[in-house]
Amino acid sequence: MPDRLNNVMTWVKVCHLTDILPLGARTIPARKGEIAVFRCGDDSVFAVLNRCPHKQGPLSEGIVHGHRVACPLHSWVIDLETGEAVAPDIGCTPKIPTKVEDGVVFLGVDDA
Amino acid sequence: MVPLMLPTSRERLVVVGNGMAGMRTVEELLKLDHARYKITVFGAEPHPNYDRIMLSSVLAGEKQVDDIVINPRAWYDDNGIVLRADDPVVAIDAKARTVTSRSGLTVSYDRLLIATGSRPIVPPIPGLNLPGVCAFRDIADVDTMISAAETYKRAVVIGGGLLGLEAAWGLKRRGMEVAVVHLMPTLMERQLDEAAGKLLQRDLTERGIAFFTDGQTEEVTGTDRVTGIKLADGREAPADLVVVAIGIRPDIALARAAGLEVNRGIVVGDNLATSDPDIFAVGECAEHRGAVVGLVAPIWDMAKVCAHRLAGGEDMIYAAQATATRLKITGIDVYSAGQLAAGEDEDEIVLRDARRRAYRKLVLRDGKVVGTVLYGDVTDGAWYFDLIRRKTDISDIADRMILGQSATTGGNGPAEVDIASMPDDMQICGCNGVCKGTIVDTIKAKGLDNYDAVKAHTKASASCGSCAPLVRQLLAATLGIEVSASPIPTACKCTDHTHEDVRAQIVKQKLKTQDAVRKAMAWKTVDGCASCRPALNFYLLCAWPGEYQDDSRSRFINERAHANIQKDGTYSVIPRMWGGTATAGELAAIANVARKYDVKEIKITGGQRLGIYGIKKPDLPAVWSELTDAGLVSGHAYAKGLRTVKTCVGLEWCRFGTQDSTSLGKQLERLTWGNWTPHKFKMGVSGCPRNCAEASIKDFGVVCVESGFDLLVGGNGGIELRGTDKLCHVATEAEVLEYCAAFMQLYREEARYLDRTAPWIERVGIAYVRSRIVDDAAGRKALHAKFLHAQSFLQDDPWAQRANQGIDATEFKPLAALV
Repeated sequence: MPDRLNNVMTWVKVCHLTDILPLGARTIPARKGEIAVFRCGDDSVFAVLNRCPHKQGPLSEGIVHGHRVACPLHSWVIDLETGEAVAPDIGCTPKIPTKVEDGVVFLGVDDA
Repeated sequence: MVPLMLPTSRERLVVVGNGMAGMRTVEELLKLDHARYKITVFGAEPHPNYDRIMLSSVLAGEKQVDDIVINPRAWYDDNGIVLRADDPVVAIDAKARTVTSRSGLTVSYDRLLIATGSRPIVPPIPGLNLPGVCAFRDIADVDTMISAAETYKRAVVIGGGLLGLEAAWGLKRRGMEVAVVHLMPTLMERQLDEAAGKLLQRDLTERGIAFFTDGQTEEVTGTDRVTGIKLADGREAPADLVVVAIGIRPDIALARAAGLEVNRGIVVGDNLATSDPDIFAVGECAEHRGAVVGLVAPIWDMAKVCAHRLAGGEDMIYAAQATATRLKITGIDVYSAGQLAAGEDEDEIVLRDARRRAYRKLVLRDGKVVGTVLYGDVTDGAWYFDLIRRKTDISDIADRMILGQSATTGGNGPAEVDIASMPDDMQICGCNGVCKGTIVDTIKAKGLDNYDAVKAHTKASASCGSCAPLVRQLLAATLGIEVSASPIPTACKCTDHTHEDVRAQIVKQKLKTQDAVRKAMAWKTVDGCASCRPALNFYLLCAWPGEYQDDSRSRFINERAHANIQKDGTYSVIPRMWGGTATAGELAAIANVARKYDVKEIKITGGQRLGIYGIKKPDLPAVWSELTDAGLVSGHAYAKGLRTVKTCVGLEWCRFGTQDSTSLGKQLERLTWGNWTPHKFKMGVSGCPRNCAEASIKDFGVVCVESGFDLLVGGNGGIELRGTDKLCHVATEAEVLEYCAAFMQLYREEARYLDRTAPWIERVGIAYVRSRIVDDAAGRKALHAKFLHAQSFLQDDPWAQRANQGIDATEFKPLAALV
């Protein structure tokens, strides 16, 4: 798999899968704002900007279930596959590409 | 197929009255013949047709007006019915076959249906025209009562019958001080015998309603607005709202003026026609064979027969049936049917169970049941009622039937109704006359798989709702799934099981992990959701102390981080200050932390301790470490568990103090800290009845008096203000501690997750809690022991674990920054 896609995104190693508890999350400080990295029950990993579209609640502190997380402030549910709020709420938080290879978690980081 | 007919060729049916009886008749008629009539409905109220029985639930705040609408306006439109709401008929001309409405509209009819219902009886006393006086009959009355409850404090309800008591309870729920004036010596004397009436009065008195029995109201006082009432014997009660609910009387004015035969009601035959064969009458306004009706079941029977006749049928006749009554006051169960007391040649069987505060009576004649009165436990009401209706010969079971159906016929448990052994023609829904067979057949024929659909298709439980548990049980039994006995909310959308089911199965099947529960109970999701995971975590923790490993991923952030998240994403740190006291060293440690971590605010909280606000999450372990060094432990200000024990200074300092309330508060806090409960749990200990520690709005409160301690439970100063119920009086501090632990354990074991003690007690009743904690000494001691056992695992300071022992370290550390 190429490490570079169209010269705009780089895969950056951020941690081992085991650094995140199952159904848990870790945060990563970043220039554009804190990123939340989630490990779901099936060991799939997702990352979104750590800001609920509702009142900017830290999604990393929410309860992870399926491929979703419930915001700790007002219980909005965000679909981690898309970053979209689950109906009836409407909103979206930016999603960051992820991949897991040999137990290592990578984030796709914008070069621009 | 509905035959296509021009509107002009259809007969004209005019309905006078847009209430339950009239519209039910129209519904039944449309089912039989959709096209026969062009229908016009006149109604006095500006609303579509609604369920009048449910007005008490609207008043009590359990339902909204929209929830009780039976047929919305769209229904009228869809069925081509012209609705003239807010435009009552003022005259019927039976000769010209026309009616004229208040707005001046005159409409001709071929058939006329009168369903004008009843009017409240107005006693001949002065003052009833004052603002602040109303009846309890329609939505406008309920609006008046609700807005009065928002502004005013004291209400008097005249009338201690079914309607009056439901009004009183609704107003009490809305925060008013309520007194009930009743002409007779006991309440609801038309539905209850004296013993049950007294029990009811006692339970309602405990819920804070005052009673003036044997009270004849002589005058309603006031000049610009009502100020109170005066009784004939000189007693007086102040009031800002007076509700007159002494009874109802058939509304027959129109019929009488039209020359129809009337007596107490509009006289109808078995075919429900009046003295004019083209004019019919149904509902409370009709008098059939000398009797008028006020309950919904016979009215639905009338509607069916009348619709049949209007559709051209000639064989169906109306015959009065025995009826049953149920009171709709949350947590108070009363049921009666048939004859209330034995006459000559009749026997009574009475069972009084003081411990459970239950009472039941059967009236027997010639080996048959002819009446029953149940108080407290009414699960067998439907069975007894069925025996009455069927006139079953009960000679063989007469000696044990008072114990209930399962004890008599050998069912499973005392509270379970045996659905499988019910005959198909056993009536499940008394209001709508729906039998078991009809419900089961409809579920099968239409492939129904949920309660709401069954209700919509069969109408079972669609009126007063008290049979909803049976309907749910039938649905479950028909579909062959786990039986769920009550209209209790399911644990969450991941399951169809109720909280109670889940808790029972955890113990019964020895389920010790969340995965085991989800698998054994067929959860719809793999790892649950944000609602059920914390609930399961608590249920397992409670059921298997020391065995179940608390799952931090199933805790809300505050409980996982042992601090409260604030709206800016920082946290507050609140150490425990036992009984609201502190040492100089503890204060210094708090001051040091505040300075070192540049906290934004220190505040004295409502629970008598200091809160440190604005700590960043990664700093939490270091902050805790410093506080722990000074001997401070977590205050669990974030927990669904023991929060604070508020105390006054008591005997040590106060000139009114009767006991050492501060010391007792500390002892209670030492006993209970670290405990997890279904929701947060607050205590208060006041040294005298002046109650400076506000013990009467706590989950567990103690008010010290000279002779000992009054124990109070179930208070809440939050969203819905609720004063405590008195549990009992005890003499020693040791007893206070034992009762407190036992009460907390009962709450832990039996309440639903996220139930505070207040709604839990509202549901189960203080009588039940007393029966477990006060009356049953052995049971109390067992609960106390279980509480202590759980505490042996739970009293481990979470701050120390995280500050010094490295537990949950990844929780607080971010990963390395992206460059």
